[in-house]
Amino acid sequence: MKWLRSKLDQARKPFEPGAKFEKYAPAINAFDTFLFTPNHVTKKGAHIRDVVDLKRTMITVVLALVPALLFGMWNTGAQYLYQEMGLASVLDVPFMDAFIEGAILTLPLIIVSYVVGLTIEFIFAIYRGHEVNEGYLVTGLLIPMIFPVDIPLWMLALSVAFAVLIGKEAFGGTGMNILNPALTARAFAFFAYPLYMSGNAVWVHQGDTDAVSGETILGSLASGQFDGTVDGGAASSVAFSGPAPAESSVLSGIDSMDMFMGYIPGSVAETSALMILIGAVILIATKVGSWRIILGGVLGGLAMGAIFNFFGNMGSEFITGLVESGKITMDQVYNDAAAVQELNLSGWDATLMELGTNQLINFPFWQHLLVGSILFGVVFMATDPVSAAQTFKGKWIYGILIGFFGIMIRIFNPAYPEGIMLAILLMNVFAPTIDHYVIQANVNKRKKRAKKAQVNLQTA
Amino acid sequence: MSKDIRVRKGLDLKLKGEAEKQLVEAPAPKVFAIKPPDFHAMVPKMVLKEGATVKAGEPIFYSKYDEKVKFVSPVSGTLTEIVRGAKRRIMEVRITPNGTSDTLKHNVGTLNTMSGEDVRALMLEGGCWPFLIQRPYSIMANSEETPKSIFVSVYTTAPLSGDADFIVSNKMEAFQAGITALSKLTPGKVHVGVGKNSSISSLNNAVIHKVKGPHPAGNVGVQIHKIDPVNMGERVWTVNAEDVATIGDFFLTGTFTPERTIALTGTDADESKRKYYKTTIGAQINSIIGTVDTDKTRIISGDVLTGDKLSNDQFINYFYNTLTLIPEGNDYALLGWLPFTRNNVPSNAGTSFAKLFGGKKKVDTNLNGEERALVVTGEMEEVMPMDVYPMQLIKACMAGDIEKMENLGIYEVAPEDFALIDFTNTSKLEAQEIIRNGLDLMITEVG
Repeated sequence: MKWLRSKLDQARKPFEPGAKFEKYAPAINAFDTFLFTPNHVTKKGAHIRDVVDLKRTMITVVLALVPALLFGMWNTGAQYLYQEMGLASVLDVPFMDAFIEGAILTLPLIIVSYVVGLTIEFIFAIYRGHEVNEGYLVTGLLIPMIFPVDIPLWMLALSVAFAVLIGKEAFGGTGMNILNPALTARAFAFFAYPLYMSGNAVWVHQGDTDAVSGETILGSLASGQFDGTVDGGAASSVAFSGPAPAESSVLSGIDSMDMFMGYIPGSVAETSALMILIGAVILIATKVGSWRIILGGVLGGLAMGAIFNFFGNMGSEFITGLVESGKITMDQVYNDAAAVQELNLSGWDATLMELGTNQLINFPFWQHLLVGSILFGVVFMATDPVSAAQTFKGKWIYGILIGFFGIMIRIFNPAYPEGIMLAILLMNVFAPTIDHYVIQANVNKRKKRAKKAQVNLQTA
Repeated sequence: MSKDIRVRKGLDLKLKGEAEKQLVEAPAPKVFAIKPPDFHAMVPKMVLKEGATVKAGEPIFYSKYDEKVKFVSPVSGTLTEIVRGAKRRIMEVRITPNGTSDTLKHNVGTLNTMSGEDVRALMLEGGCWPFLIQRPYSIMANSEETPKSIFVSVYTTAPLSGDADFIVSNKMEAFQAGITALSKLTPGKVHVGVGKNSSISSLNNAVIHKVKGPHPAGNVGVQIHKIDPVNMGERVWTVNAEDVATIGDFFLTGTFTPERTIALTGTDADESKRKYYKTTIGAQINSIIGTVDTDKTRIISGDVLTGDKLSNDQFINYFYNTLTLIPEGNDYALLGWLPFTRNNVPSNAGTSFAKLFGGKKKVDTNLNGEERALVVTGEMEEVMPMDVYPMQLIKACMAGDIEKMENLGIYEVAPEDFALIDFTNTSKLEAQEIIRNGLDLMITEVG
């Protein structure tokens, strides 16, 4: 250790104040402080300091991401190989084959994300003369985890550059950004290259070829074609009791356990609820992620899902009533638009008809948490302390609204089944407003107390 | 009369190197010094010149902007040196004692029948006034003003700090007299905060509050906040526990005898020497600790969270009851950022097991990281028991936004209330300094 230290001290010499490369000190400091926590001592204020620093905090988030990332690598490989090899189940793919295939597919994404992002960070640190902030260690890993696996690398690089430059540095760098940088990257790619970011073809490697289907559960739900297993009351609902699609999809047979474990297609590392929950436990136990936001997000999502389930149920009952009174047969509800038209439904009745047959609305509220990226978003994206609300009360409101809007956008606008991304970005923008009102309550309390003291003084 | 205060938020740091509760006489210091910078924002105007002979209790300088406030010599002797800093600011007024006890005696009547105006005049003349600290701003009290109430905390929660309760338990008579004197300065009440097992069970002319909870529950600011918070335009005064006894002693004897009890703490102080020392305000520290290697050891007058850094042969702070010696942490730690490593460093964070593996910890002065942008939220609130938003207040102070600072409660806080935020925050932000600068801005803009 002493040998390493003296070597480092030697290497640093040209970067010391007054020396030739003084300007580039932040770059060498970033490497030096990565190896050694520096020998700086307190100069003013408290003489002793906590062991925690930003490096430790950010590395903890990276650790929390690792289970989801490793699972994501395996799943990416397995989803592709199981279709390619024509196996019966994802689990039949030999473990190492799947993992290696997945690693080959995902590592380039991670490398590109880190190289592009960190280069920009270093340049800005030198330009602004401050140390390199560790925030990008997390952002750089999050970005490839929320992209479809087949995204061309130049698109990823462009998205990263956009996120770091416009999403972060333009606002003043780490700690000043309004939007979550990782989601900014995804949103940029989503609107700039929609063909590569959504649809049925992109979620499994080579999903656009005949041999492989890249469909996701949310996509098939949105189009009313989901033929997997749904549990609970929804299983008997009209929306899921229709005839199976002519050609059974790769999603048939998927049940809620598969969804929980994450053996489903999706973005690289967002599919496994179990792995994300392990990450959530790490974040909450270390107090790095706010449990208020996570719990709020989950509760908000469940509540919104339940509200939709309630209306879906009403629709189901309405349709069952029609069928029982003989006005229409169940088969016609699905396949005979003319027969439905003949019923001349208007107003609320027409709405009920829609509600009853919409798969997204009737999807059980708790299963909504297992598919898509809502859990990943709530645990790893919404808890980004810079773009989230900062007060304890504010965090509750912020979390609940993210869950609320996430499910709402997912159901109301099937073009954006990944509503959680938009919900978090939306709440990022509103977080300062939430905080403002929470703090204003404290300010008003103080003003009221001062006024009361004034009155007491005058009457005394 | 007694009321209970319960503080939930905060952090009790369990550190090695506490002082044994045994009172011993410190060797007589060779030099004394009164340091004007100890009285924040006060500008001294000298009465005596270098070389003049002074009696104990004789004024040596007064406050330029509040001329009635006199600062008196703690001992009799010769004013040997006026040490000046940048812009000829007076840093120290050094007095070499001559061994006699030539003391200025004031004619004090019976305290119980004295009027408030008499008490005020005697304290100003006798050198007791500088003990009064005003909140807001945490500066010396203005001699023209009357506070709505006066607070004394006899509950010590700061880590490695001289226990105020133990110190005043040896001078209860003087403490009671001091409380009586203070009660005449305010139309309101004198509030005394005490711990659970306090030696103080009853006091005349004061309300006793039993305080329970982790640091900073012992900070007088927290107690004010819970009992009678400061609103805009209001004044509250605070006095340190031992200083109340010194004021009381002044009214009992008519002489200014500025006794100061100093607890010597910290792991770099010899265990056999970690005791309570009876000395005098302004004492040179080498009378207690001798000479130490300041490359390896940090000398702190005060506790590890709020004290002043001293070098050898300097003088104790006017107010503090603690002298701490801890190792300088100027060494490297290989991969020190790895979560759940270095659990021997105290921590309030979840990324360290320091809290789980109990026991007292040895501390040094390493920053344990580098300064960074403010990223983590919620950690400051955990150690701030007052109903203020610490991060937002700090940001308002940094921005110099006076209206916002006022709204967020700048009048209720002192730098010491943010000491734990200095300690815990991930970004290594200097919260105490920022709050001090914010308060200074308020003094110049609002007054």
